[in-house]
Amino acid sequence: MSTPSTSLGSVSASRKIKDRLVQGLVYLAFALAVIPLVSLLWTVVKHGTARFDATFFSHSMNGVAGRDAGGGAYHAIIGTLEQVLIASVISVPLGVLTAVYLVEYGRRGRLSKVISFFVDVMTGIPSIVAGLFILAMWMLTLGIGKQGQGFAGSLALSILMVPTVIRATEEMLKLVPNDLREASYALGVPRWRTICFVILPTALPGILTGVMLAVARVMGETAPLLLTIAVTKAINTNPFSGPQSSLPTFIWDQAGDPNQHAIDRAWSAALVLILIIMLFNLAARLIARAYKPTGR
Amino acid sequence: MAKRIEVSGLHAYYGGTHAIEDISMTVEPRSVTAFIGPSGCGKSTFLRTLNRMHEVIPGARVEGKVMLDDDDLYAPSVDPVAVRRTVGMVFQRPNPFPTMSIYDNVAAGLKLNGVRRKSQLDDIVEDSLKGANLWEEVKDRLGKPGAGLSGGQQQRLCIARAIAVQPQVLLMDEPCSALDPISTLAIEDLIAKLKNQYTIVIVTHNMQQAARVSDRTAFFNIAGTGRPGKLIEIDDTSKIFTNPEQKATEDYITGRFG
Repeated sequence: MSTPSTSLGSVSASRKIKDRLVQGLVYLAFALAVIPLVSLLWTVVKHGTARFDATFFSHSMNGVAGRDAGGGAYHAIIGTLEQVLIASVISVPLGVLTAVYLVEYGRRGRLSKVISFFVDVMTGIPSIVAGLFILAMWMLTLGIGKQGQGFAGSLALSILMVPTVIRATEEMLKLVPNDLREASYALGVPRWRTICFVILPTALPGILTGVMLAVARVMGETAPLLLTIAVTKAINTNPFSGPQSSLPTFIWDQAGDPNQHAIDRAWSAALVLILIIMLFNLAARLIARAYKPTGR
Repeated sequence: MAKRIEVSGLHAYYGGTHAIEDISMTVEPRSVTAFIGPSGCGKSTFLRTLNRMHEVIPGARVEGKVMLDDDDLYAPSVDPVAVRRTVGMVFQRPNPFPTMSIYDNVAAGLKLNGVRRKSQLDDIVEDSLKGANLWEEVKDRLGKPGAGLSGGQQQRLCIARAIAVQPQVLLMDEPCSALDPISTLAIEDLIAKLKNQYTIVIVTHNMQQAARVSDRTAFFNIAGTGRPGKLIEIDDTSKIFTNPEQKATEDYITGRFG
């Protein structure tokens, strides 16, 4: 053992070198992670602006062939917004309530263990299997919307969304300090009111973020929609009747066409999809900020 | 507004662990009773059995009888939620609701139990904050978040929140252990004032505090690790601190052990 030095001398050279080296590695890792992201955004913006015009947002592809100029994604934007909205309306309450059960009521009981297990399994379901399930169950067995239906697409998306919402909400509810539950119980507040007025508001910003991630994830799903909404070129605002379009399937359809006009439309649709997800994210952040717990 | 608590033959368990054993005592109304004793001797557990907060913990259960005047708190027909409205509680760490303003924190117990009239709420919030000696400090910022106050103010806010539902009894679980001496003094003054209206039970690790604020003191002890905590003796505070009956009590308060 060396004698401990009492002087406050300068940092040794080897430590300085190590510090610099690790700092360099951290920056390098950051750059490596960001480069593909920036490149992706840049490429989409560069190609997407070609058809980012009024016609694109106001016209469908009805009667427009791949080699024709013009046409637009109006029908696809309508379809995506409706399908994702319905999917959210189904899966957010279901997911949040399941998470509330798991954290506040189940308490590692047998039932909550079983639910947790199936949520884990559901998280791993390949998206096309969700589409096949709805195709087989809803459209073929129950015979609803056999010609394709926006709502069937929403159901397939819900299957993918629910486990994500459950997991995100569960983690956020677990982060709510037990002190707050006890404080509320000690005031003679029943458990359900404690959950509604103390626990959920405290966890709200986190839950919103989780829900947004789930929305962003399903908004880009293509496979389950291909099997359920039966891609159309025409505008269909009714998700409960007849085939609908959606942005991912529109992109898939147009990008598969060798004509430049179609490829331009695919890029613009990709840009629109990214912008919609960004707008949703922004909105969720604003809402979360409005409810953010302050102080401390 | 204050009620007498009579406990007889009370045992509490956490799952298979026997936490406190055979406790019987009487807590007089409009007085302060302090619980002292080494860590892990079951003071807090016993306190939490007095408003049925013990059973909030999974696997926890209670045997024995707790009478609040003529009502048995553990009778099968009794709703624990109603018990907690009658027997309020202040915790060791200040725990204001982080999403709520100062006003809403104090009004929380009433609002969450269905009181909606604004004028009535305003009056109760003002009275409770005055009762907790906090009104002068916060009257101009009732809309600001409760979590933005200092630790001592937060604890007084929690006391205001507890008395806003007008309980009969106020239980305090080491209310000053996270506070500085000035804030502690403020809380102790408050306890002296509140005892005119409420039955107060306070758990404390600070024996000077027990001597300062309480009328009666109960000493709890534990025979060894894994053994249940027991009530050694309860008597007037002056007697406990000068001439206790039990050797263990004397050893503890004179610092010979613990």
